[in-house]
Amino acid sequence: MPPSDPSEDGLRVMSADKAAISRALNLVEDRRPGSQARVAALLAALKDAPKAAGGHRVGLTGPPGVGKSTLTAALARCVRRRGRTVGVVAVDPSSIRSGGSLLGDRARMSFDPTDAGLFVRSLATAGEVGGLTYAANSAVRVLASAYDMVVVETTGVGQSEVDVVDVADTVVLVIQPGSGDVLQFLKAGIMEIPDILVVNKADQEELARRAVADLRGAIQTALAVGAGAEQDSDWQTPIVATSATQGTGMDALVDALEQHRAHIQGTLVARRRQGEVSWVLDLFSRKHGEHGVSTLGGKAELQALAERELDGGETPLALCEHLSRDYVAALGTT
Amino acid sequence: MAEYGKPERDRPWIMRTYSGHSTATASNELYRTNLAKGQTGLSVAFDLPTQTGYDPDSALARGEVGKVGVPVSHIGDMRALFDGLPLDQMNTSMTINATAVWLLSLYIATAEDQGVDHHVLRGTTQNDIIKEYLSRGTHIFPPAASMRLITDLITYTVDEVPKWNPINICSYHLQEAGATPTQELAYALATAIGVLDAVKATGRVPDEEFGKVVARMSFFVNAGIRFVEELCKMRAFVELWDRVTRERYGVTDAKQRRFRYGIQVNSLGLTEQQPENNMIRIVLEMLAVTLSKDARARAIQLPAWNEALGLPRPWDQQWSLRAQQILAYETDLLEYDDLFNGSAVVEAKTQQLVDSAWAEVQEVLKRGGAVQGVETGYIKQKLVESNAARLRAIEAGEQVVVGVNKYVEGAPSPLTENLDEAILTVDPEVDARQRAALARWKESRDDAAVDAALAEIERVARTDENLMSASIAAAHAGVTTGEWANTLRQVWGEYRAPTGVAGASVKASRSGAAAEKIAGLRKRLDALESQMGRRAKLLVGKPGLDGHSNGAEQIAIKARDVGFDVVYEGIRVSPEQIVASALEEGVHLIGLSILSGSHLALVPEVVQRLRDAGLGDIPVVAGGIIPEADAERLRAEGVAAVYTPKDFELDNIMSDLIDLVDRQHAAE
Repeated sequence: MPPSDPSEDGLRVMSADKAAISRALNLVEDRRPGSQARVAALLAALKDAPKAAGGHRVGLTGPPGVGKSTLTAALARCVRRRGRTVGVVAVDPSSIRSGGSLLGDRARMSFDPTDAGLFVRSLATAGEVGGLTYAANSAVRVLASAYDMVVVETTGVGQSEVDVVDVADTVVLVIQPGSGDVLQFLKAGIMEIPDILVVNKADQEELARRAVADLRGAIQTALAVGAGAEQDSDWQTPIVATSATQGTGMDALVDALEQHRAHIQGTLVARRRQGEVSWVLDLFSRKHGEHGVSTLGGKAELQALAERELDGGETPLALCEHLSRDYVAALGTT
Repeated sequence: MAEYGKPERDRPWIMRTYSGHSTATASNELYRTNLAKGQTGLSVAFDLPTQTGYDPDSALARGEVGKVGVPVSHIGDMRALFDGLPLDQMNTSMTINATAVWLLSLYIATAEDQGVDHHVLRGTTQNDIIKEYLSRGTHIFPPAASMRLITDLITYTVDEVPKWNPINICSYHLQEAGATPTQELAYALATAIGVLDAVKATGRVPDEEFGKVVARMSFFVNAGIRFVEELCKMRAFVELWDRVTRERYGVTDAKQRRFRYGIQVNSLGLTEQQPENNMIRIVLEMLAVTLSKDARARAIQLPAWNEALGLPRPWDQQWSLRAQQILAYETDLLEYDDLFNGSAVVEAKTQQLVDSAWAEVQEVLKRGGAVQGVETGYIKQKLVESNAARLRAIEAGEQVVVGVNKYVEGAPSPLTENLDEAILTVDPEVDARQRAALARWKESRDDAAVDAALAEIERVARTDENLMSASIAAAHAGVTTGEWANTLRQVWGEYRAPTGVAGASVKASRSGAAAEKIAGLRKRLDALESQMGRRAKLLVGKPGLDGHSNGAEQIAIKARDVGFDVVYEGIRVSPEQIVASALEEGVHLIGLSILSGSHLALVPEVVQRLRDAGLGDIPVVAGGIIPEADAERLRAEGVAAVYTPKDFELDNIMSDLIDLVDRQHAAE
């Protein structure tokens, strides 16, 4: 296939042309060195998409088995009912041994295949450390230029949740009644307090009530030990009980999402910029390690540089490319 | 001792043949013929639309009407199905689950039309929706709603149709899905416990009458080729059921604690290669469930020798019936007491199965019971893993299958000389005729009565009243299967069950020829990734209503293990959905699995829709029970490859798939 014009492709993506979106997503997954510049050009073309500025990027994370896929499907249907369009990026782990993966999310989702306002792409972590890949972050940006809401769904608590923060405006942590580990992590301040907490599988009312109460307690404890000090102090994390299989609690979840989106309206640009800065740093340090970071002047220096460059209109991927070149050049001179 | 010096014989089991196809009238004729041949009970096979609650005019029923069973859309069809067969004299087993309440209602309404009091009806509704989530895939509603339907039927029949078996807890399909004997025992018993606990929780049955419910519980079991172990499995079932009913439910009457079961012997092990050998397998498997008088099946239906090739013809089914008759009437088996009482070998093996199964029952209960085990995917994942291990053993030659991985040389079989005539084909016009007949039915009925009946169904569904009476009234009013199910879908929603594949881990050999083969395939996919920029991505789809997902699951797992990114969509996806997924997921290859025989309708439709969507260059392969003549047609319509049960070497299939992606990439 001949390389196509990125701005032409960008326009098609922005008009929610599914074939163009699918091609763009194939491109952001492409790991050949020769494709990097095309990816950067595509994302640059999509940077100022009207949808992207006004849209909502939601990160949905939580331990395995809490019903995230079914919840994502129910959430997407609920948002569609309210007349907004949705893109979903579902991330699953790759097998370390074979490199392959089983992307099972579609099996739990029943969608109308003729719905032009809904797009679901499954991605494998492809061996990268951490939950969200290079590709997933870019995929969210592609979908955000075409749909009103983008949901990125990823399994795990810990690194993947940190990665979600880089790309999401709102982080939703999903647990089920009896998720004791999560409670402990929250209490100890090991885990960031999410923007919204969901207790899924809340079919049994008594269990669900207790789980919600436990979570409230855990957040109090976390705040008392000083966790969340850097976080938004005006926002009180709502706890929503849902049953994705029965479809209950979905309106409450969408309401909470809308409230959070409205709450961050004033700081959205800064938040997203912050996410881009840490994405650049993540990408760069994964590629070149500690040595790369120290060669270019250390973390604080890089961070300041990234902020300047991004403010100047650079895109994260292109910036990362530049930094790599700088590093390689610096290696040559020593 | 009986008269004339002949020893007294035990009463033989009920002999049935699982049958039904095309139309109610055609199936009625088949039932009459079967009874004339000495069959002593009927076993109704319903088509997939009837099993999953769709009428023939639904888009989802396309290609499936009358294929794997008879379509029954309304009381008119049920009347035609039993025309001339007085229901007070029949013993009818119905393989029906999600729509069991509805089909029993049609049966009762038909009996009432025949002037038969429903209290005298005898037979069985399978009504085990739990195993549908794990294996057969004809469930409709979420687990809680399914459990409610199960208990509505049971609590209705316990007094109203007291000789009816309201549920057949199926370990049969668990074995087909890969269960080991221990797993088969454990998950069937866990299901039975889940059902009885749920019946108890309805509060409809007084404690002192609970034994009546326990006494009507029956099981539907599988028997595989390891027939000594299977024989012991049946003895273990008897012992464990006695324990559960006595200890958990306090049933004191030994008669009410009897383990009652029917059997269909293993279809999973029937081979496409040298299919005549299957008759020997079938007979040996039948021995496992008949030799022990203390654990003997009460009803037996046997598969036909050519089931791996396609739908069996009446003659094929007759051959299986004759095998039962020879064992029951020619041999002296039924003249003796239990043959194995006191056998140290049999007792030790039985005890071992009792202990291991009981431990697994406790594990499931600890995790919240059978329904929880379904919802979390725990049980399904266990089954998928066992099945993968079984297939690997066959592929590696560790488990001998004669004619497949050993002794494959043989003279051509005269039985399959004309392969296309060695199976039954369903008239492709059945679909259209049934749609027309349904339209006439809808014209002829009283719309106001239908609306009122459906409104009542909806009202009752929102309460905790029993749905049976409203359903029987709806049957008399002329309501259709699709209308009944759709009304309940509105109230309860639908459910897609965990596939169990994502978390399934398969132990692979680390050295030897098999390991080398896998390593070679992985290397090729790594190389392809470098060339293409991203990993080869495979979409595994199951179009149509067929829920037999074993093949699709095993392909998905194997493909992941050699290094594909695999998108598996689960069962019951429409051709439109498959094309939408292919587009959104950016896949390099599509694999379709169909076991219901509707491949000629569904596969070309997917191929055509891909072309229409501009995705015509994505290679499509198909797998299933696909006769060679059909395979040729599919290839002519653009399908890249067709796989059937004889292609048991998954590594070779994987190699083909990599070739296809490679060639397609080279062409671009």
